[in-house]
Amino acid sequence: MDYLIQILNGVQYGLLLFLLASGLTLIFGIMGVINLAHGSFYMVGAYLALWLTRLTGSLWLALPLGVLAAVALGALLEWALIRRLYARDHLYQVLLTFGLILVFEELRSLLFGNDVHGVPIPPALNFSIPLTETLSYPVYRLFISGVCLALAAAMYLVIRKTRLGMMVRAGNSNREMAQVLGVDIPLVFTFVFALGVALAAFAGMIAAPVSSVFPGMGNQILIICFVVVVIGGIGSITGAMVAALLIGIADTLGKVLLPQFSGMAVYLLMAVVLIWRPRGLFQAT
Amino acid sequence: MASTTPEAPIIEGRGLHAYYGASHILHGVNLAVGRGETLGLLGRNGMGKTTLIRTLVGLLPPRSGTVRVDGRDMSGAPPHRIARLGIAYVPEGRGIFPNLSVRENLVMAARPGRRGEWNFARVLQAFPALAERLGHGGAQLSGGEQQMLTIARALMTNPELLILDEATEGLAPRISRDIWAIVGAIRASGIATIIVDKNHAAVTAASERCVLLVKGRVVFEGASAQLRAQPEVLRRHLGV
Repeated sequence: MDYLIQILNGVQYGLLLFLLASGLTLIFGIMGVINLAHGSFYMVGAYLALWLTRLTGSLWLALPLGVLAAVALGALLEWALIRRLYARDHLYQVLLTFGLILVFEELRSLLFGNDVHGVPIPPALNFSIPLTETLSYPVYRLFISGVCLALAAAMYLVIRKTRLGMMVRAGNSNREMAQVLGVDIPLVFTFVFALGVALAAFAGMIAAPVSSVFPGMGNQILIICFVVVVIGGIGSITGAMVAALLIGIADTLGKVLLPQFSGMAVYLLMAVVLIWRPRGLFQAT
Repeated sequence: MASTTPEAPIIEGRGLHAYYGASHILHGVNLAVGRGETLGLLGRNGMGKTTLIRTLVGLLPPRSGTVRVDGRDMSGAPPHRIARLGIAYVPEGRGIFPNLSVRENLVMAARPGRRGEWNFARVLQAFPALAERLGHGGAQLSGGEQQMLTIARALMTNPELLILDEATEGLAPRISRDIWAIVGAIRASGIATIIVDKNHAAVTAASERCVLLVKGRVVFEGASAQLRAQPEVLRRHLGV
């Protein structure tokens, strides 16, 4: 039964990674932008949850307000900065987004200091359900998994079934052709970037009560997100989902089964996948 | 917003100079297409036909000169704004979206709110082969079907002007004939067209007026019938 709890934890971590990695893979696959600041948006989300929960007294109010703030931040950054670099080499994007990491870390330090903070779990979900006589599982973690799955399903529907999704996919495969058919590609890019930022920030917000809120939390998760994107296949949402779950479970079980190699499990998995499929599990669609 | 005068050409390029990097491709080209008019654009490979088209649709901003669409100055405007004024472009090499199904390729191009006879049902009626393959991925189609799909997709936008760049390139003669028949039907429906094709006889037969480009300059501009009557002009500039 111990394993059941570990697998539940792994799935929850994997689903959270999916929210982050799906934005990262969309931004890279569709816009061709390497966004190193993606982890910072996760951190921004966590601190937004901290600040807005203090302000409003409730995570339920903090979540929608934080998502709105994240969408606005993403759209602003795309419009003011990222947009200028589409035509440039990836190196410029790496420099810009690395600069953003430093800016966000410094702002975080100025505004919130360098202590570790906690965000309380909302009282309505602050209990555990018993699995066996001796083991129980916190409901808030199940809530995280449920919300992530709902968002994944919503994303699937938007991308597969709506005209907006068709335009996003069309722009992904042939930008010029989409433009001459009347698709406002700059607007689609602003939307994709803002969506990616909002997903990352949302992940940071719902994770805040279980992961705590601390300096550098974004950089730690950024590396794992890139691993997910590479394993899943760049640009593929389905790939991001499968890879995120694999990584989540491998990382969690690795810590239990092989504690002395726990840091390596994820990278071993990546190496094996890339030897087998050098372009990732799912090629971009 | 400038008012649109009914007699304004649907598209007009004046004194267009365009570059690819350092190479000067267009040297002051003038070209206009009236409403419902069919214009043939002739010239050997590398003479600037595709560059001219890319400049007109906004994919390549002109270094100097103006592009007017329906009387409005659109020089340097992004392609989607030009497209939304009713300019549709079927590029050489087709450019279908292989990751979208046939149905999605068509639906994504539709512009709700724009009036015109071309909608999903009408397009499938004109291209029955596509109706049988709606669920297929764009990449699963044959070359001829892909060409039909790009033309059908362009029609879904209910354009005022349809630009066809080498629409029959690499297609079997029978399929080419189908494409020319469709071009005739589009023309009959009142949509203006610019046709670029290697088959100059078919172009001069299908168009009212022709423009002949040599090294980025217009060397002939006039009625297609006039061009057909002067085979020496075609021989000199097209090597036929």
